Amino acid sequence: MNEITYKVPTMAEMAANNEMPEVLFWVGCAGSFDDRYKKVTIAFVKILNKAGVKFAVLGTEESCTGDPARRAGNEFTFQMLAMSNIQVLDMYGVKKIVTACPHCFNTLKNEYPELGGNYEVIHHSEYLQQLINEGRVRIEGGETFKGRKITFHDSCYLGRANGIYEAPRHVLEALDADLVEMKRCKTKGLCCGAGGGQMFKEPETGKKDINIERVEEAIETGATTIAVACPFCMVMMTDGVKNKEKEDSVKVFDLAELVAQAEGL
Amino acid sequence: MVIIQQIIFLAILGIVGWLIFKRASLIRNTILLGRDEDRTDQPAMRFATMLRVAFGQKKMFDRPLIGVMHFVVYAGFLLINIEVLEIVLDGILGKHRLFAPFLGSFYTFLISFFEFLAIGVLVTCLIFLIRRTILKVERFQSSRHREMNGWPQLDGKIILIFEIVLMVAILTMNAADTVLQEMGSQHYIRTGDFAFSQFLKPLFASWNETSLMIYERFAWWFHILGIFTFAVYVTYSKHLHIALAFPNTYFARLIPKGEMKNMPDITKEVKIMLGLTDATTAGTGDENVIPERFGAKDVPDLSWKNLMDAYSCTECGRCTAACPANITGKKLSPRKIMMDTRDRLEDIGRNMQVNNGKFVDDGKSLMGDYISNEEILACTTCNACVQECPILINPLDIILQLRRYKIMDEAQAPAAWNAMFQNLDTNQAPWKFSPGDRFNWAEKLRNEV
Repeated sequence: MNEITYKVPTMAEMAANNEMPEVLFWVGCAGSFDDRYKKVTIAFVKILNKAGVKFAVLGTEESCTGDPARRAGNEFTFQMLAMSNIQVLDMYGVKKIVTACPHCFNTLKNEYPELGGNYEVIHHSEYLQQLINEGRVRIEGGETFKGRKITFHDSCYLGRANGIYEAPRHVLEALDADLVEMKRCKTKGLCCGAGGGQMFKEPETGKKDINIERVEEAIETGATTIAVACPFCMVMMTDGVKNKEKEDSVKVFDLAELVAQAEGL
Repeated sequence: MVIIQQIIFLAILGIVGWLIFKRASLIRNTILLGRDEDRTDQPAMRFATMLRVAFGQKKMFDRPLIGVMHFVVYAGFLLINIEVLEIVLDGILGKHRLFAPFLGSFYTFLISFFEFLAIGVLVTCLIFLIRRTILKVERFQSSRHREMNGWPQLDGKIILIFEIVLMVAILTMNAADTVLQEMGSQHYIRTGDFAFSQFLKPLFASWNETSLMIYERFAWWFHILGIFTFAVYVTYSKHLHIALAFPNTYFARLIPKGEMKNMPDITKEVKIMLGLTDATTAGTGDENVIPERFGAKDVPDLSWKNLMDAYSCTECGRCTAACPANITGKKLSPRKIMMDTRDRLEDIGRNMQVNNGKFVDDGKSLMGDYISNEEILACTTCNACVQECPILINPLDIILQLRRYKIMDEAQAPAAWNAMFQNLDTNQAPWKFSPGDRFNWAEKLRNEV
């Protein structure tokens, strides 16, 4: 059935052939190393291949954007990483970047300009919406989502931090899924608990973990799928579902995975 | 007799003006202790934000019912000031209802309209008081939120009771006044009945002229002295937002909430380390002076806008009610961050007052003595507190500056964060993976057909 050969060109290969990609796919650390999120990276790359988008990745030349260091108060490590990334990006003359990580997105878009790195940065939720609107991605050939209850968990760094609430929802609507909202959504969305460096340490003493609070709310909607658009949210929501022993009835997927499923990729 | 009243009134007006001026100067001076930060760009956008958020109270209507009630009190306060102007002029000039002869029947309409507002304020303040004391709205309860213990709780109730009492005074004053008018009492200009106070007239029906005059004068003085007291009180209270909400929204940040401010001192250092700038040529003059401190330890390390935020805070607790850390029982409360910052400023202000306007080190600092590391560490930087604030206060900005101090200046990071920093420094990833393996994910795909 599927006769696409998936290509993942690097910027170095492109540059060697004197080519420029339409867009650079910024994979991010989770997308590169985290076993669960690697699946999202692969799903997104498959979508780009199928849509015929001329893209490239940095491969081993990519470094962390520095977001976790900066949020945890370590400005020095952040700027060291940011500066070397900017050197690499500028060396290749990168103009446009797409990333599946809202933290990378926020840092590249809002914080690199002051350090001299100016790029057009798009989150993959917006990019997927564009591809769907332009007809480059067609929701056909795969799983049907008709009547499937999906709830979308807003990532703080996409939503409140950058005002992107509608793009991920449009993508889910394009799947023809039954979108149900949690009590706290959009501007009122509750954090998964991983931002601001929390991903990398134990939480402070309290009476509950934040991801449990959030997953309870997601389960309350009766949705069988929790859609996320952030690697940290993915970890937190997946852990929360496991904690509630609901992993058989409630699945956590990234937007790109859902689109890839619908395309039969 | 009238002249004595005028003199007393003018003296009180002068004292009140002087007290408010003194307080305002002190508040201004403590705000200016903060770091410089330019917030004067895009004036048109800033003005529009102020009109929308402060004047139009847009964010209060996120909760429509509360929004309407708050608007009633706000509009009442704003418009009743026109009547207060008349009262003050009456007091200075020794007149009674100065505007009445010029406005004729429109005056009666105007005062009736003010009475309508007064009833609105009275009823709403009663409901607010019930919400605080009987319905026990969670975010106001000190049993759940330690920062509300004592004074902040009391402050909230005092303000509401103040407003209720002032409204009762003005309504009964109008009622006594109209009864006196009907008696044909000499000094009481005929205005006719007012919309609401006419129903209070039966209260005074059996009173004689002298006792009515005494009551009317008492209510008049009580009301205006109450307003004066309130005006001074406000400068010591969380209620200061009635003034500061306007500049605070005007100077609010206009950049995306996700953006953290850059530290240019570090940029210089990093550029030298990466060989992007030559250290010897860059190091002319005072450019290379290492900053006294990284991040913020005390209020003077914060920006003046952070400090204005602290004085503007009404302690409504919408931020804390939305904070994921607080919801799940952690010590962090964004409202407490703002209240602690203000408490620190007030302490510094008092210190300055007794030391001829200069701050004498008291061995304390915001970080450590007011705010603990545990609070600062619990923040997920989710921006829910920033999103919630009806007057665009930004607690997150303060939290992050305190964190920078703790991590960079005191080098006191949790072990897990230090490990993360080390991974970033050596592997360019927060986890312990080799940079050479970063592209391994594609292998499977490159072989897949």
